[in-house]
Amino acid sequence: MATEDGQDPRIPKIASSIRVIPDFPKPGIMFHDITTLLLDTEAFKDTIDLFVERYKGKGISVVAGVEARGFIFGPPIALAIGAKFVPMRKPKKLPGKVISEEYSLEYGTDKIEMHVGAVEPGERAIIIDDLIATGGTLSAAVRLLERVGVKIVECACVIELPECKGREKLGETPLFILISSA
Amino acid sequence: MFAAENGLKGDPRLEAISAAIRVVPNFPKKGIMFQDITTLLLDHKAFKHTIDIFVDRYKDMQISVVAGVEARGFMFGPSIALAIGAKFVPLRKPGKLPGKVISESYELEYGHDRLEMHVDAVEPRERVIIIDDLVATGGTLSAAISLMESQGAEVVECACVIGLPEVKGQHKLKGKPLYVLVEPSGLDGFC
Repeated sequence: MATEDGQDPRIPKIASSIRVIPDFPKPGIMFHDITTLLLDTEAFKDTIDLFVERYKGKGISVVAGVEARGFIFGPPIALAIGAKFVPMRKPKKLPGKVISEEYSLEYGTDKIEMHVGAVEPGERAIIIDDLIATGGTLSAAVRLLERVGVKIVECACVIELPECKGREKLGETPLFILISSA
Repeated sequence: MFAAENGLKGDPRLEAISAAIRVVPNFPKKGIMFQDITTLLLDHKAFKHTIDIFVDRYKDMQISVVAGVEARGFMFGPSIALAIGAKFVPLRKPGKLPGKVISESYELEYGHDRLEMHVDAVEPRERVIIIDDLVATGGTLSAAISLMESQGAEVVECACVIGLPEVKGQHKLKGKPLYVLVEPSGLDGFC
C-alpha cells in the first residue's frame, strides 16, 4: 500500500470515488470504473500527488502509459516529475516505426507497441496503468522497455485485483498500488 | 482561431511546440501527412508549454469540465483539468465506457465512428471545454459538442494543439469558438 506505517489518509477518499460496475464487459466481471474518480477533482489530484511524491527526484526520465487509461494518469505525473511521457499503444495506432511485444489474452493474443527512439538505453522508467489484473499487459510493457535497455524502476497502478495474481506475473519488477480490491 | 492571432503572436513557446511535432508521411494512408504529437510528449519543456498555454487561457473562465477525445485528447486534457480545478470527462469509442452512455455518430477525415460519454458525467449548465490533439474537418469535435449539449451543458470552447488548413479562418465550430495553438508542420504539397 502507499505507506508502511499505515494508509495515507487520502486513499479512502480515492477508493470511494471509484465506481464498481457488475458484469462488464461480460457476466461475472466486477469492473472498476475510474471515470468517477476523474469527476472528483480532489480525489484525482490526490491520486496524481501520491504518485508524484513517490517518484519525484528519483532520476526517472520516462513515464510510460498503457493505452488508454494509462494516458489519463501518466502525463500529469510525467509533467510534475520532469520526465517524458511515452504512450504504449494497441497495434497500428502509432504512425512511426515501432517495436512490439505480444502477450496472452484469455482467448488469443494481443500486442503492445512503442515508437522506436522514444526511449534510450539506460533510462529509468515507471509504467502506469489504471488497474492491474492478470498483469498480462503490464508485463508485456516491461519486456518491451527492457528489450531496448530501459530500467523499470516500478510499475504503478491505482487499483490491484490481487486474486488475479498480476504481482506474481511481474516477477522481479516492483509494483506500487494505491488500492487493493479483493 | 489560432493562438498567434489571439494574444500570443511571437510567443517563442509556440515555435517550440511546433518544432517538437513530427510529420509522418503517408500515415494512415498515402497522401496524408500525419501530425505526430508523441514527439511533443517526449519534449518535457514543449509539453509543459502546451499545457501552460491552455491553463492560462481557461483558468479564470469558470470551466468545471474538461472533456477529452479518445485517445490523444486523454494525453492533454487531464493535466489541464487538474490545473484549473475541473473534472475530466473522457469521450470514448463505442463499448469502452462501462456505465450507461449516450452516443453520437460522426464522419472522420477517413471513415466514420461513434463517440460515447457516461450519462452522469456532466450536469446542465456546466461550462465545458473539449480537447483533442488535432482538428481537421471538425467532425469529432462536432459530435462531442452534441453530446455535451444533449446534457444541457454549455461548451465554452474547443481547443486543439494543431489545426489543419481547412479550419484556418474558421473561428467557430457548430457555433462554438475554436482555439488552436499551431498549424501543421511540413505541409508542402498538402491537399
